[in-house]
Amino acid sequence: MPTGQETLTLPVARRRTPAAAARRQNHPMWFLIPAFAILFVFFFLPTVFNFIYAFTDWSSFKSDIRPVGFDNFSYLLSDGTMFSALRITVIYAALVALFQNLFGFGLAVLLEKDTWLNRAARLIFVIPVLMSALAVGYVFQALLKPDGSLNDLLSALTGQQVSIAWLGSTTWTLVLAAVIHAWKWMGLSMLIYLAGLKTIPEDVTEAARIDGASGWQAFWSVRFPLLAPAVTFNVATSLLGSMNGFDIVQALTGGGPARSTEILNIFIYRTFGQGLFAQATTMSLVLFLMVALLAFPVIRILRKREEIL
Amino acid sequence: MTVQAFGSKVRRRVPAPGSRGIAARLRPFAVVVLVALVMGVPLWLVVVTAGKSQGEALSPDLSLPSRWQLWDNLAQVWQQGEVPAAFFGSLLVVAPSVALVLTLGSMASWVLARRTTRLNAVLYALAISGIVLPPAVVTIVLLLRQLGLAGSAVGMIGVYAGIYMSTVIFFVTGFVRTVPLSLEEAARMDGAGPVRVFVSVILPLLRPVLATATILICLYVWNDVFYAFFVVGGRLDTLPLNLFQVANAGLYLNNWHLIFAYIILMSLPLLVVFAVAQRKIISGITGGAVK
Repeated sequence: MPTGQETLTLPVARRRTPAAAARRQNHPMWFLIPAFAILFVFFFLPTVFNFIYAFTDWSSFKSDIRPVGFDNFSYLLSDGTMFSALRITVIYAALVALFQNLFGFGLAVLLEKDTWLNRAARLIFVIPVLMSALAVGYVFQALLKPDGSLNDLLSALTGQQVSIAWLGSTTWTLVLAAVIHAWKWMGLSMLIYLAGLKTIPEDVTEAARIDGASGWQAFWSVRFPLLAPAVTFNVATSLLGSMNGFDIVQALTGGGPARSTEILNIFIYRTFGQGLFAQATTMSLVLFLMVALLAFPVIRILRKREEIL
Repeated sequence: MTVQAFGSKVRRRVPAPGSRGIAARLRPFAVVVLVALVMGVPLWLVVVTAGKSQGEALSPDLSLPSRWQLWDNLAQVWQQGEVPAAFFGSLLVVAPSVALVLTLGSMASWVLARRTTRLNAVLYALAISGIVLPPAVVTIVLLLRQLGLAGSAVGMIGVYAGIYMSTVIFFVTGFVRTVPLSLEEAARMDGAGPVRVFVSVILPLLRPVLATATILICLYVWNDVFYAFFVVGGRLDTLPLNLFQVANAGLYLNNWHLIFAYIILMSLPLLVVFAVAQRKIISGITGGAVK
């Protein structure tokens, strides 16, 4: 709450100049050292290595590592792999962000009231969040087989024999994988949207009601805009998180059919398994650059959100 | 601000008469149908298939097993899948990484939240960059080899700590900013040094956000297979790594009953923790994310 915080921080701000020296002792910089040491060794350094080893011929077949310039890039580009993996990853991430937020938002609105039924339903929708993504992939692989349960259910409903190869289409399998990814994480999005809905003060909606707004209007023009922080958080995490996806797609399709669901991390995993370390590094660098490019606007939004709250 | 997603005593006032039409009355039915179809079908499939014999489970469907042998399947997976070793491996990696990342992360967050120099703004931006930027999985392997940590639990713990440090710092720094400085000042008046202030004033206050971060990071690390494959693949077993390898290797080929039994075994610890502490966990997650 802005008013409360202002009164809390005001005296401190006033005292800052004379007590600057004391502050330095009160919050010593060495508290940062262990965390930054870990970040440096296990996060920044490997990232820097990415920029070096993407330009070498590092592989399991040779003992020495030599620089080769842009060979890895030109090979992956001429081969068409890089472009297709990039395209697939971006489409996948965009679809996941879309579905996960639609599902999560829909559930939050549906289950908003605190009845016992809604509470139980919320708990059930959180179960997939706890399950391993790998497990989710295997479950849906079994469910979506041509002789699997979904087709059985559809056959029973329509009265005809349905045998759709759900995971056999080079166009739609990627969409299905995104839906399943969204299915796994929609419980978390739902919780965050619910939290957002609960923080909206009652009187805001009531005021809109008194002004003659219908339920629909009050929701979309008063409550929905107030959900902005939850939307920011959910969209950012689902979009950037699914760029880094691996488990679900690997367990579901392994990148098939015809490599139509081969997102970047599956390519990296496969290439690494073949011993082509430099190529895997090149793709890892491409993923890094793409996410970094997308992340800057997102970080700015997250920062802005922090300033407001 | 605390958010009570569950068990909130504050009821919404009944909306104006007239708006409570058919839609509102149909809502509970919609909820039941949705839960049954969207959640019930996949979870039912897991349970009934895990209870079937190999012959019945060849093509998994929603029918009940003619004879339940869930217990036998679990026992078989336990022995063949080397579950005890993998379980121990998972614990060996999860517990230290979570403890490490939370302790060091909250130490750093405290200083990052309290000192508002330009240098600290830059350090903060660097520290949270890992939330969005993907870790360099391939070159980590090379680095660990150079450090002599390849394939070891220590290396894996370091990698997880490096990957999730940003998340902890992001969450905790935001939280520390809402803690009034006057609380620290009171302790300082009594002559407490920075370590003492941090341990006995700040850490206890951080409990809600630390609970959230613990859950999220346990979840990520317990279920991770991607980073584990690169770092310890083949040398140390964790549960997801084991599931991945046996499901790929052909040992479980067409053994859906065993795969699903394994999935049940592997998900059980987290489900139990969740069932016991669900109220706290959920209000923690929601309160931490949207404050």
